[in-house]
Amino acid sequence: MTGGGRGPAPAGDAAAENTLTRPPEPDVALLEIDNLQVGFDTEDGLLRAVDGVSCQVDGGRTLGVVGESGCGKSVTASSILRLVPSPPGRMLGGEIRFDGTDILSLPREELGRIRGREIAMIFQDPMTSLNPVFTVEKQMGEVLRLRFDLTGEPARARAAEMLSTVGIADARSRLSSYPHELSGGMKQRVMIAMALLSEPRLLIADEPTTALDVTIQAQILHLIREMQAETGAAVLFITHDMGVVAEMCDEVAVMYAGRVVEQAGVIEIYERPRHPYTKGLLMSVPRKGQTKDRALPTIEGVVPSLLEPPKGCRFADRCWHRKRLGEADRARCVDEDPALRSLEGGRVACHFPLKGDETPPVEPPPGAGLSDPVTSDGPPPGTGVE
Amino acid sequence: MANELRGGNGQEVERTGGELILQVEGLKKYYPVRGGVLGGKIGDVRAVDGVSFTMKRGETLGLVGESGCGKSTLGRTVMRLEDPTDGRVLFEGQDLATASRQEVFQVRREIQMIFQDPYSSLNPRMTVGEIVREPLVVHRLGTREEQLERVRHLFEVVGLEGRMIHRYPHEFSGGQRQRIGVARALALDPQLVIADEPVSALDVSVQSQVLNLLAGLQRELGLTYLFISHDLSVVEYISDSIAIMYLGRIVEKGPVRRVFDMPTHPYTRGLLKAIPQPDPRKRRDAVPLTGEAPSPVSPPPGCPFHPRCPFAVPECREAMPPLDLVQGSSEVPGEEHLAACIRKDEI
Repeated sequence: MTGGGRGPAPAGDAAAENTLTRPPEPDVALLEIDNLQVGFDTEDGLLRAVDGVSCQVDGGRTLGVVGESGCGKSVTASSILRLVPSPPGRMLGGEIRFDGTDILSLPREELGRIRGREIAMIFQDPMTSLNPVFTVEKQMGEVLRLRFDLTGEPARARAAEMLSTVGIADARSRLSSYPHELSGGMKQRVMIAMALLSEPRLLIADEPTTALDVTIQAQILHLIREMQAETGAAVLFITHDMGVVAEMCDEVAVMYAGRVVEQAGVIEIYERPRHPYTKGLLMSVPRKGQTKDRALPTIEGVVPSLLEPPKGCRFADRCWHRKRLGEADRARCVDEDPALRSLEGGRVACHFPLKGDETPPVEPPPGAGLSDPVTSDGPPPGTGVE
Repeated sequence: MANELRGGNGQEVERTGGELILQVEGLKKYYPVRGGVLGGKIGDVRAVDGVSFTMKRGETLGLVGESGCGKSTLGRTVMRLEDPTDGRVLFEGQDLATASRQEVFQVRREIQMIFQDPYSSLNPRMTVGEIVREPLVVHRLGTREEQLERVRHLFEVVGLEGRMIHRYPHEFSGGQRQRIGVARALALDPQLVIADEPVSALDVSVQSQVLNLLAGLQRELGLTYLFISHDLSVVEYISDSIAIMYLGRIVEKGPVRRVFDMPTHPYTRGLLKAIPQPDPRKRRDAVPLTGEAPSPVSPPPGCPFHPRCPFAVPECREAMPPLDLVQGSSEVPGEEHLAACIRKDEI
């Protein structure tokens, strides 16, 4: 099933295997995020949404950033283009370098030149990027004018061509549409068309297909991959969907409570997760052929408050693996903050990384012990309820 | 006596066996489209367009399809939250489509609903205890003390502590709120629960907790679920049977294992192939289905899927194919594998 028990790759997958395991380029990466710290001022104090995140993406590669709501993945992505609203958001430290330039200390005008030309971003809600009062042609034309100094009929032709590429039928006539005249899936495609039109060197995709149906999602994912193959762009892909990560990414960073807890190549992450959170996350999703006769593994409890994060491992109180350790080791998890350290090609922030066979517990069979109160799923962080 | 609270300790329940609990026949729900100078009716949105299916007591029927396919409208029409345009909904033999308000009110004890959004479906001004108790008050079941005792019991059943009943919804996490929604749905001890995207708004680790809860309750209480979702892996896990909708119609239905292993309708095949697998060695290299579903205001003639169908032939434009037995299907009622495609046995 999960973990190490997977068979060999089916024949004909050799090419895919190759791209998946290709080692990263040795020189400086296109995007480097180094010890990023972002906070939000709230009534209850400073909430450290991103607390020391480091990762890199190279041209032609896709880094997936995964985690559940509130883990800081979207804030990390928004920080790259300095889109975190301030106030209440605040940069507390760290560096983000794009092609060697420190973005966080760049004057606004210079950032504007990078944004929309070298770096493009797509969101779950297409109306974040589309302007409701302008036609599709006007908005796409603006991208082409800024990026390639292209105007008039050539711009129009290029825009129409890109609309067809993203699967919009009758592209020429769609150019004169306003966003509200388009379906949700079509708006999403127009936004993606605009992002691809600029031929960015870095594409940041923040849950771009989460609101879409699976058949449309498949089309959009395919499109992003084709664009990448053609232009060699780097892609930073933010998602909560473990299926989408497997489909899209070369490298995966798993985030939890504002930190990266594990980072490794995509095959490693799926077949040999080292952090108990990663493994729990992977096993919570029903697998093909799994039926309700066997309960799904769950991760008990909730994410700790980021107003006052625990001093040790942030996952410790929910960790199923920790429960199986001796008393001294269990205490270490609570007392000592595990650093993100290198381990066999990947990186993991755990004092006692998994070796491979351990699996999270499965609840008692459904139907048994229903009258026992389950207190595991506690209140949301920061509400002040016990 | 109607005042009794049944199923208090989950002991009695004798609701197994394969008899039919729900029979839906030719159900239609159209919404008028208005336009023109006088705002007159210029057409219909055919949200549900002639749907028939049956459900066995104690089973879970997963109803899947993409946005706009009519699955939520179907659920609401079965519950008579919407008045059907045509067709019959037989719940234990009684036709809800033509039932009076009073009759519908009585049947509401037997059919309850769980909604997607645990944030907006709970009244923020009521304590969660009041929320769960409300159906008992509306149906005047038991004394106040009996009701409160029932509410505490329900809290335990869904895995919350009884002492939490005096709190307000905002004090709970998403997963806990969904548990409260489940407790409310169970208050009247229903037989059929219609769950409309009940785990779609939850993080995966919480999602698995709620799925486990629903599966456990079904076992313990003999519940029948109509489980509406766009998430095929969740539906595969929780369901015994599955029905796939496209543009207001069921295009395929059958036992869940058989449909997932042998999808027959070209739409089902595309849909299943479109799910990204949580396995980086199983990447797709092609797009399984191109284009988007057409508008339900002006569905294409014949089979509504033919404009996107890779197997379409000219005959597909001519008539709507009936939902028929697939070759090799069981003929036992409720176990049939059905598909609405004229080429189902050759492609």
